[in-house]
Amino acid sequence: MLESRELTKKYGSKTAVSGISLKLEAGHICAMLGPNGSGKTTWMKMAAGLVKPTSGEILFEGAPVSIESRRHIAYMSTEPYFYTWMSAKDVGKYYEDFFEDFSVERYRNLLARMELTEDLKVKALSSGMAAKLKIAATLARDAKVWMLDEPFNGIDLLARDQIRECIVERAGEDRLLLLSSHLVEEMETLVDRAVYIREGVLIESVDLEQLRTERGLSMADLYRQIYTGKEVIA
Amino acid sequence: MQFDPMIPIWLQVMEDLEVGIITGKHPPGSKLPGGRETAVQYGINPNTAARVYQELEKLGLSETRRGLGSFVTEDGALIARVREQLAGKAVDRCMRDLARLGVERSAAIQMLLEREEKN
Repeated sequence: MLESRELTKKYGSKTAVSGISLKLEAGHICAMLGPNGSGKTTWMKMAAGLVKPTSGEILFEGAPVSIESRRHIAYMSTEPYFYTWMSAKDVGKYYEDFFEDFSVERYRNLLARMELTEDLKVKALSSGMAAKLKIAATLARDAKVWMLDEPFNGIDLLARDQIRECIVERAGEDRLLLLSSHLVEEMETLVDRAVYIREGVLIESVDLEQLRTERGLSMADLYRQIYTGKEVIA
Repeated sequence: MQFDPMIPIWLQVMEDLEVGIITGKHPPGSKLPGGRETAVQYGINPNTAARVYQELEKLGLSETRRGLGSFVTEDGALIARVREQLAGKAVDRCMRDLARLGVERSAAIQMLLEREEKN
C-alpha cells in the first residue's frame, strides 16, 4: 500500500533519510521506531507528500505520492497545528472543509470517547488534551493510510488506553496505520509489525509475533538490541 | 490484562479466553465476543485477535456460525481436557521456578502440601 524505494532526504550536508526501501501492506498496524532524529518524521513527511525526497521515490498504491494520494493519507505531525482562537468545534469545521473524507459525526464520537467537549478552546487545553484533540481530528477522517507521529506523547496512562482503543477501531483489512513513538512498550500489543530505523537507515522490518516465537524477543528487546548494540538474553 | 511482551500476544489472549471457557465466564454454547470486539477490549491488533479465533477453532473450542459469530463448544470432555492442559502448564511453571531456586522435587511437593494446609 505504501512503499519507499531507495528513499533519501538530505538537508544540506546532513542526511535525514538514507536509501530506505520499505514496503508496508494494508491490514496492518505498524510501528516506526528509532531514537529522536533517526529519520522517522522525515520519512512520514515524504509519504504524506509534505517533503520532497532528494532521491528515490515513495509510492502509494503503486503510484508516486501526489496531491491525489494526499486525499487518502492522513498524517498527524508532532507540531501543534490548530489556531489558538479555535474551539474543538471549529477544529471539526476546519477539517471538514479541508478533507472530503472527514466525518463530523465520527469526530464528535471520538471527542466524547476522549472526554473532550466541543466548546473547549484550543488555547485553554492542557498539552495532553491538545494531543487528544489532534488524534480525534485525524482519526475522524476515512483515510486508507493513517500516519500518526508520536500519538502517545504527553498523554497520561488512562488516555493512552482510550487512544489505543480508537486506533484499533480504525484498523481494517484495506487500511494501514503507521505509528511512530519512542514509547515502545506502549505499542507492544497494538502493532503487528515494527520497522527499526537508525540514523536514517532501515535496520529491520519484522513481524512481531514471529519475532516473539522465533527469536524469543519482544519489540522492546529488539529495540534495545539495535540501539545499544547489546545482545538481549531471552 | 497485563501482557508478557516476550510471549506471542495471541497465545496470551487465547489462554485468557480458555480460562473464561473453563470457569464458565463463557459457558458451553454461548457466543464469544467477535474478533474486533476482542481487539478493542484487550487493546490488541485486530490481526492478533483474528489469529486467536482461528486457533480456538482449530482446537475445536469454538465454532464459527456464518453471519452469527463464534460460539463455545458444547463438548464437555474437550473443555475438561483444556482445563487439564492449563493446570499442567501451571504446575510446569511452578516446578521450573522451584528448580531454579534449587528446591528438589520431593521438597517442592512437601512445600505444596504444607501450603495447602495453611490455606
